[in-house]
Amino acid sequence: MAKITLQRKLEILADAAKYDASCASSGTTRRDSGDGKGLGSTTGSGICHSYAPDGRCISLLKILMTNFCIYDCAFCINRASSGVERARFTPEEVVYLTTEFYRRNYIEGLFLSSGIIRSPDATMEDMNRIARSLRVDHDFRGYIHLKTIPDASPELIAEAGRLADRISINIELPTDQGVARYAPEKNPATIRQAMAGVRERRSAARERSHKGKRPPRFAPAGQSTQMIVGADGADDRTILGTSTKLYGDYRLKRVYYSAFSPIPDASRTLPLAAPPLLREHRLYQADWLMRFYGFEATEIAPPDLSGMLDLDLDPKLAWALRNRAAFPVDVNSATREALLRVPGFGTKTVDRILSARRNGRLGYGDLLRIGARLKHAEPFFTARDWSPGGLTDAAHLADRYAPKPTQLSLF
Amino acid sequence: MIAVRLPRTGLWPAFRDTARRLLGARITPDMIDWDVEGVPTGLFADPVPDAKGAAMTLKRSLAGLLTDLTAVRGPEGLSLAYRLLWRAHTGRLALEDRADPDIARARVLAKSVHRDLHKMHAFVRFKEVTPHGTRRRFTAWFEPDHRIEDAAAPFFAKRFGDMDWIIRTPEVTISFTQGVTRITSQINTREITDDALEALWCSYYSHIFNPARLKVAAMTSEMPRKYWRNLPEAGLIPGLIAEASARRDAMISQGALPASREAAVTSLDALPAALAACERCTIGCHATRAVTGSGPANAPLMIVGEQPGDVEDRAGVPFVGPAGAVLDTALQEADIGRDGVYLTNAVKHFKFTRRGTRRIHQRPDRSEVEACRWWLDHERTFVKPRLIIALGATAALALTGNGNRIRDRRGTIECDSDGRPVLLTVHPSSILRQPDPASRIYEARRFAADLRNAREFLAKTGAPPVQSISPV
Repeated sequence: MAKITLQRKLEILADAAKYDASCASSGTTRRDSGDGKGLGSTTGSGICHSYAPDGRCISLLKILMTNFCIYDCAFCINRASSGVERARFTPEEVVYLTTEFYRRNYIEGLFLSSGIIRSPDATMEDMNRIARSLRVDHDFRGYIHLKTIPDASPELIAEAGRLADRISINIELPTDQGVARYAPEKNPATIRQAMAGVRERRSAARERSHKGKRPPRFAPAGQSTQMIVGADGADDRTILGTSTKLYGDYRLKRVYYSAFSPIPDASRTLPLAAPPLLREHRLYQADWLMRFYGFEATEIAPPDLSGMLDLDLDPKLAWALRNRAAFPVDVNSATREALLRVPGFGTKTVDRILSARRNGRLGYGDLLRIGARLKHAEPFFTARDWSPGGLTDAAHLADRYAPKPTQLSLF
Repeated sequence: MIAVRLPRTGLWPAFRDTARRLLGARITPDMIDWDVEGVPTGLFADPVPDAKGAAMTLKRSLAGLLTDLTAVRGPEGLSLAYRLLWRAHTGRLALEDRADPDIARARVLAKSVHRDLHKMHAFVRFKEVTPHGTRRRFTAWFEPDHRIEDAAAPFFAKRFGDMDWIIRTPEVTISFTQGVTRITSQINTREITDDALEALWCSYYSHIFNPARLKVAAMTSEMPRKYWRNLPEAGLIPGLIAEASARRDAMISQGALPASREAAVTSLDALPAALAACERCTIGCHATRAVTGSGPANAPLMIVGEQPGDVEDRAGVPFVGPAGAVLDTALQEADIGRDGVYLTNAVKHFKFTRRGTRRIHQRPDRSEVEACRWWLDHERTFVKPRLIIALGATAALALTGNGNRIRDRRGTIECDSDGRPVLLTVHPSSILRQPDPASRIYEARRFAADLRNAREFLAKTGAPPVQSISPV
């Protein structure tokens, strides 16, 4: 086989990596190289250095170490039976690309994933070697995200956690049946055990010894996972239920939802048409409501309704329309929890309301300056000079939020 | 009116010192014209009075907000900063009260400065230049909206501590040499230099983009067009957007490809083995076996049926059941020898429902016909018949792409996808389904007549005869 250039390898292995949604570089410990030694720094919130026309940010150099894979997961472009061109980076090549891109301020760091070659342990060992070379030989202080292989031995995952800022294991599909059907070589129980193992190590790494000494940090930016939406038949309620379990049981930092998108050389068991991207968006909104607004999955997708979220209404508004008895809320006296439930009030708005109302009763104009989305919120709150009157209980309230009718096109 | 002109770099400390003196002289905010050096003052402007600075301690949060305001381009930020300072000095100022119009405006301006700063951290692109000593050297050009060079420098100094670099903006040069940062006010012009790594970065950018999900508005809201000029990858964007829908459609229309585990079929002899492993659709798992076509590999005539039936499935040979018997009779009547014809089916597996112990034939649906056409195409390619006879709607669908109104189309010759003639007729099983013996005989004659037409058609094209080898 002819030797392929570094450029061609980068093309193949970036193509192979693009279906991973995560590109976050946030939430790790602060480090810098202001001492003149080493390269790189991390900031609290991460930086997106570029954006692709698909609207996704490019923060990390997101590549696969290799796209050769012994597994045959139906939804994956790199599955063994796919006809895509294959390539493999040497560890030196990955290190070169990472540090040189970093020096030019193209990226925040590296997100390394891999197809499974030879065995899970051998693959994980190779990925660790790359991370070790960056951290030790090149004194790289930027961000590293390693995708770990669930079946790899615990010692190797432990090493990955010490080298990387974030580690992730993809749960792939929301149900065990889905995994069994589409990723027959993967075992949902092993994936969960690996997540549990990471969580245990992370809590262990926070405990000081009796002398007050901290153990080395373990994956300080936490662990995340990704679920593919729309490949199997799981509805939104099932997906949110799975997320609740993941956030609760394994303390994941993020669950990414990736709308299944058509891939070249697709497997015939998959639907060819993609689910609407809006569905993915609604799932992220619901995810946010669960993490920051105190909503339960059962409130967002209640069992007495269809299991799918409304594509026309955002989940918070849909909840408010179903639970009008809880409104209107008085912005000058309501609790934080009650304010967070008002559509159009975000967490920042609520914090600002809580501190601004100490200086006097708030009116409509004040809320506008504070940054609330009042068009959304109007029927659901009262203020010094605002009362929704009969609007809250109006039968046609949902129409106010329905998308504007559009003229059908003749052509 | 007092005109204050502050130096372009080190704005915050200069503002702080001047503002102290103005507060000490009790100059009200509306009496001051704020700006930076280089902006002309009014004709009758007064200088800053030589007063003793007012003693004042600032809360950290207020100092932070004022620092941001001093970076705002134009005079509004500086005068608003002084007004807030004046209000904090003379009365009470609740910074957290966003309902206060001054605070609200200050927050808006500060947010815009923060965003600009964040974008500078993100969108500066270094290009390597020849080093002077052992440390590598890089330069960059950036055009910020606000006067944020002072605030941006520490980020780069902390991140790129082991190299020397220079960032030039239209008004300021930030240089970092041997660990020392220097910020100087200096008019610069944009210089275009190349960097060898940009080609790699651009290929990464275009390949990490997923054409199946185009969201241009989401991109431009975070990476507005004003920054594109200085981003090496931005030149690719219009092309990527233009090609995206075609690339997505290509992926979808390409459809499900053969899995590479399915061995490549290179000859007719290799077909049965490859077909046995077929999992292109779901009907395969129920039947006993896939039934390959049978007949000479160079047959001038190919007859394509619907799918194997109950008997064929067990025997593994096409047309050996009741419908096969009808076909055999008609072939004899038309003087065509069965062993000179390549016989096969549009779908290679038997699709059925089980009723008690019996297997009841079910018509294959369109997706199954589409999936199985892969095998029929192989047979057509290897055998290269002069004429194909399509028996019934399913065969017509597989060969011509249209399975409708067979009764109207029977007896006519159409073309398959390769332009090869296809004679359409009914399936022999339809003769078996005729309600009375008379119409059965009538239909059988019409069927035989169609086959005779086929023989005559072949004779006209000069094909070798397909008569029976053994006389009937």
